[in-house]
Amino acid sequence: MAEPVPLIELRNVTRRFGSVTALRDMSFAAHAGEVHCLLGDNGAGKSTLIKTLSGVHTPSEGQMYVDGKPVTFSSPRQALDAGIATVFQDLSMIPLMSITRNFFLGREPLKGWGPARRIDMKAADTIVYDQLGKIGINVRDPQQAVGTLSGGERQCVAIARAVYHGARVLILDEPTSALGVHQASIVLRYVAQARQRGLAVIFITHNIHHAYPIGDVFTMLNRGRSLGTFRKGDITEKEVLDMMAGGREIRELQQELERFTKPGSGTEAAIS
Amino acid sequence: MTIVTDALNPAHPPEPKPVSRRLVRLMRRPELGAITGTVIVFLAFGITAGNSGLFSMAGIANFLQVSAQLGILAAAVALLMIGGEFDLSLGSMIGFASVTIGLCVTQFGLSIPAAVAIAFVIAIIVGALNGILVVRTRLPSFIVTLAGLFILRGLTLAITRTVTGRTQIPYITDGQEGSFVVWLFGGKFGAPVFAWLASHGVIAARPDGSAMVQGLSMSILWWVAVTAFATWLLVKTRFGNWVFAVGGDDRAARNVGVPVDRVKILLFIGTALSATLFAVIQVLEAGSADTLRGTQKEFQAIIAAVIGGCLLTGGYGSAIGAMFGALIFGTVEMGIFYTGIDTDWFQVFLGSMLLIAVLVNNYVRRKATEAR
Repeated sequence: MAEPVPLIELRNVTRRFGSVTALRDMSFAAHAGEVHCLLGDNGAGKSTLIKTLSGVHTPSEGQMYVDGKPVTFSSPRQALDAGIATVFQDLSMIPLMSITRNFFLGREPLKGWGPARRIDMKAADTIVYDQLGKIGINVRDPQQAVGTLSGGERQCVAIARAVYHGARVLILDEPTSALGVHQASIVLRYVAQARQRGLAVIFITHNIHHAYPIGDVFTMLNRGRSLGTFRKGDITEKEVLDMMAGGREIRELQQELERFTKPGSGTEAAIS
Repeated sequence: MTIVTDALNPAHPPEPKPVSRRLVRLMRRPELGAITGTVIVFLAFGITAGNSGLFSMAGIANFLQVSAQLGILAAAVALLMIGGEFDLSLGSMIGFASVTIGLCVTQFGLSIPAAVAIAFVIAIIVGALNGILVVRTRLPSFIVTLAGLFILRGLTLAITRTVTGRTQIPYITDGQEGSFVVWLFGGKFGAPVFAWLASHGVIAARPDGSAMVQGLSMSILWWVAVTAFATWLLVKTRFGNWVFAVGGDDRAARNVGVPVDRVKILLFIGTALSATLFAVIQVLEAGSADTLRGTQKEFQAIIAAVIGGCLLTGGYGSAIGAMFGALIFGTVEMGIFYTGIDTDWFQVFLGSMLLIAVLVNNYVRRKATEAR
């Protein structure tokens, strides 16, 4: 059986900044209808990889492919036009503006002619109401400020905006990191929906507990290198955690902390 | 408020009643505070200044004219503030534009329309310079335009004194009082209506039967027109959406492809143009130019915009609010005069009003951005 052509692929990509090599010989592919998790600690090369995929950086070596064809993006706008949308951690949403105004910022639907050209706010409101309704966010009024939404809802609106404006590849940068368990589950549910609709989702995180339930494929990064790509059936959550830089450190920390909490171990007395 | 339901079974809740939604939207409007303030001011003066002449036709014409001139500035300043910037060179620009017209007419023998056109062209250049300086240097506009405040005022004084030996330029409109351009900016409108009202005894008349107040200042029409245009831009157009975005978070705006620098430069051109419109109106009404015209107007316009609901940090506000801010300003200034209160108290009132407005705005902003 032939492998389907990945929507987006990096082959042997290296990215240097001066003498620093941020990405080394990285190969990576994301397929339609799959959630591909990129895991790694801070400094593992996650952000360089995102920025390469989203057109902020160009590879120093190696080649990027979209639909199997080699491409070189010189700006994020070009990546957007090719259907590669990135939802950055800070979301690029403006809290004081309404949901509708944010949703269509930079792509306002217009009506009327000449000096009477104006935003078709009614149509925009309807679209926002429907789009958000589809993902289970029922806004009472699309004209309410984005700031009134919860963190998870904001994340979902940012994703919905990318999807509505034609994204085929969705790059999510730490979409759940700032969220509580309940809010994170809202976002994860929506990511699952996006996958169902045939999008390729690239999910960047350092939180394996959010990544493992949703991910189909996992790529571990450490110091700019790929430690390998694994399908979900081939690897357990614990193995993923171990492979991530810091996995062992966390275990050591756990053992260390256990000693602190044991009553009568002497530590308590020393503190009081 | 939002309700999250199961993503797999999305269901819309029943649509809220349009009336309650409209009420919620109304409560959220930035100009609500300024409208409330206007009502309070009118009630207060209605009680204390009822018979002083403030609400006679002459009094109304007076406070509307004062409000109108400030309101023209406040509309443009509101837009700029929503875009996240300040223009402190505004008052000096008024003086500069005034003497530009004065010198062009009296020294270079140009016609009034030509002089006015030149003043507007210079305004576009000054505004663009302000804007380019701010977006290129990424310095706070507060400091960049503060420099502009002194440079423009200094230039105004130096050039005028060098050329004429004085600081005032009289006799600008001599012999042209009836021309269209002088009427358009410095004239009065509504004369037939006032004559009719006077002849029917509705408003005060002179012994010869003509109306005491022969018409309203054209500046009032300009005020309404400028406010309407600013509101249209802000609320209805793509440019307005970008103004909110640029002031709310310019990095986020840039990320989605908004031309942030262009928007800001255009807003600075807008305030310089409004200052020049103010100058043209004053010069053609009075027939003379003064190098000190417009002193402190930059702060008064900011106060009117803030009373009108603009946030000092940008991203929120309204041009209609600024209109009411200017109306409060003009009414109180004239009201204090008519009621015979020492006018020194005006500044105390102004400062207090500003403080209250900032506190209210801050509260509204917090309410608007916290998750419900």
